[in-house]
Amino acid sequence: MSFQPPRIVITGVGLTAPNGNTLSEFRKNLLDGVGGIEKKEIRYMGELLAGVCHYDALKYQTKKELRVGTRAGSISIYCAREAVADSKIDFASFAKDRIGVYVGTTEHGNVETENEIYAISKFNYDTKYWSHYHNPRTVSNNPAGEVSLNLGITGPAYTIGAACAAGNMGLIHAAQMLRLGEVDFAICGGVSESIHTFGIYAGFKSQNALASHADPLKASRPFDKGRNGIVISEGGALYTLERLDDAIARGAKIYGEIAGYCVNSDASDYVLPNPGRQAECVRKALKSAGMAPQDIHIVNTHATATPLGDIQECQAIGEVFANCPDTYINNTKSYIGHCMGAAGALELAGNLPSFDDLTVHPTINVDDLDPQCALPNLVINQPKTVGKVDAILNNSFGMLGINSTLIVKRFVA
Amino acid sequence: MTKDETKQAVLDIIADIAPDEDISNLKPDVRLRDQMQLDSMDFLDIVMELRKRHGIEVPEADYPQLASLDSCAEYLTPKFTALGK
Repeated sequence: MSFQPPRIVITGVGLTAPNGNTLSEFRKNLLDGVGGIEKKEIRYMGELLAGVCHYDALKYQTKKELRVGTRAGSISIYCAREAVADSKIDFASFAKDRIGVYVGTTEHGNVETENEIYAISKFNYDTKYWSHYHNPRTVSNNPAGEVSLNLGITGPAYTIGAACAAGNMGLIHAAQMLRLGEVDFAICGGVSESIHTFGIYAGFKSQNALASHADPLKASRPFDKGRNGIVISEGGALYTLERLDDAIARGAKIYGEIAGYCVNSDASDYVLPNPGRQAECVRKALKSAGMAPQDIHIVNTHATATPLGDIQECQAIGEVFANCPDTYINNTKSYIGHCMGAAGALELAGNLPSFDDLTVHPTINVDDLDPQCALPNLVINQPKTVGKVDAILNNSFGMLGINSTLIVKRFVA
Repeated sequence: MTKDETKQAVLDIIADIAPDEDISNLKPDVRLRDQMQLDSMDFLDIVMELRKRHGIEVPEADYPQLASLDSCAEYLTPKFTALGK
C-alpha cells in the first residue's frame, strides 16, 4: 500500500500588491482592470516605472522596527500578520515552536548594501561609517527572521532563494514540511523589495529587458505585440497552510487544497528560459496532482512581457494544454508588474477567489495580440465567467533556469 | 558649545534612533537605558551619529561616559569645543 501524504490546505491569505493591500481589494481591482504601476525615482538612473505597495507599515511595526529592519522584512510582517488574522487561528495559544515561516525571495541584501555604499560615499568611502545593522539586514534569512521576531515564532523561519520562481517555492516547501510533520502550521509564500535597488533596474536595462511606456499603467503588457520588457515591482503574499485534519478540527475556512507541484531546472542558460523544461515542469506537476491537462481550469502564466520569454512560455503551455477547451489562460503581471520573489504567491492569490465566483480575471493591456502568444482561451482585457473552476495551475520561472509549477484545487471533503 | 547645547545634540540623535519614545521628560542625571527602550545596537547608533553628524569619535572604552545626558554633556562638550563648535 503506497504512502498517502497528509492533505495540505490554504487557510489564510495576507498580501500587499501595487494595486491592493487585502485579497478582496486585490481581486476587485483584477476584475475591474485596475493596475498599480507608477513612476519612481531610482538612484543614479532617474525616473523609471515601478509597482509600489502602499500598505500601512505601522499597522504591525513600530517606527524603530521599520528603521532597523528591511522593506522585505516589513512586507513579510504585514503579510504574515494579515494571513494569521485571516486564518482565525488561536495564535496566542498555538505552540510557537511548531510554526514554520518559509518566505520565497528572488534576492535579498542588494537594497541594504547599495544603501550603505551610498551612505559611505558621502564620507569618502570610509568604512567606519558603515552601519552595524548591515549584517542583520542583509543575511538571506532576514525577511523570515523579522517575521519570527515580530510574531514570537520559535520554529524554523528562513527564506528560499529561487529567483522569480520563489513565491511558489515558499508554498511548496511549506507543504513538504507540514507533510513531514516538521511543523503544524506554516506561514509561507514570497516577498520582494526589489524596486529599492538600482542594481536590479540597471541589470534589466543592460539586458534590454526593462519596460518603458508613456503611460505607466500600460507599461506591463504581456502577450501584446508592443511589449518591451519587465516592470519591476515590490510586494508580498504569505499564506497559512495546515494539514487538512487540523484545519477541519478547528473549523477553518479553506481557500483551496495543494494538489500538486513540481520544481525543476533548465540547466541550459543563465537567463534564457527553456520551454521544453517549462513544459516538463508543468507535466510533472500535473502528474504529482494525479490530474490531466483537461482538469486545469485556470493557468496563470509567468509571462513578464519580454519579447522572447512570453513566446517561449506560450509554446510550453500550448504544448501541454493543446486539447483543453475548458482551460483558460491569464496573467497578473499586466496589472502589477513583476513582483519578483512575490510574483508566484501574489498571482496565485489573485486567482483563488475564482473557486467562488467562477470568474477568470483577464490579462490587460493587450491592444494588439502577438500571434505567437495567441493561445486558445487566453482571457484578454475583460474577465470571463466560466462554467467550472476546480483547479488553478500557477507557473513561476526564474533566472538560472529554475521553474516552479503549483496546482491548487477546490477543496472537496 | 554649552553643556545644554550638547545635551540637545544628543537628544536630537536619540529622537531619530528611538522615534517611538517620548523623550520630552528624560531626566539628565538618570541612565538613558533606565528611562527608555535602548539596546546595545541603539547605543552604537548614538556613537555612529556623533561620528557622522559631528565628527566626534567615542572610543569603546569611553562608552560608559554616554550613560546619561549629564555624563554625555561632561564628556562630549570638550570634544565639541575642540572641534570649534
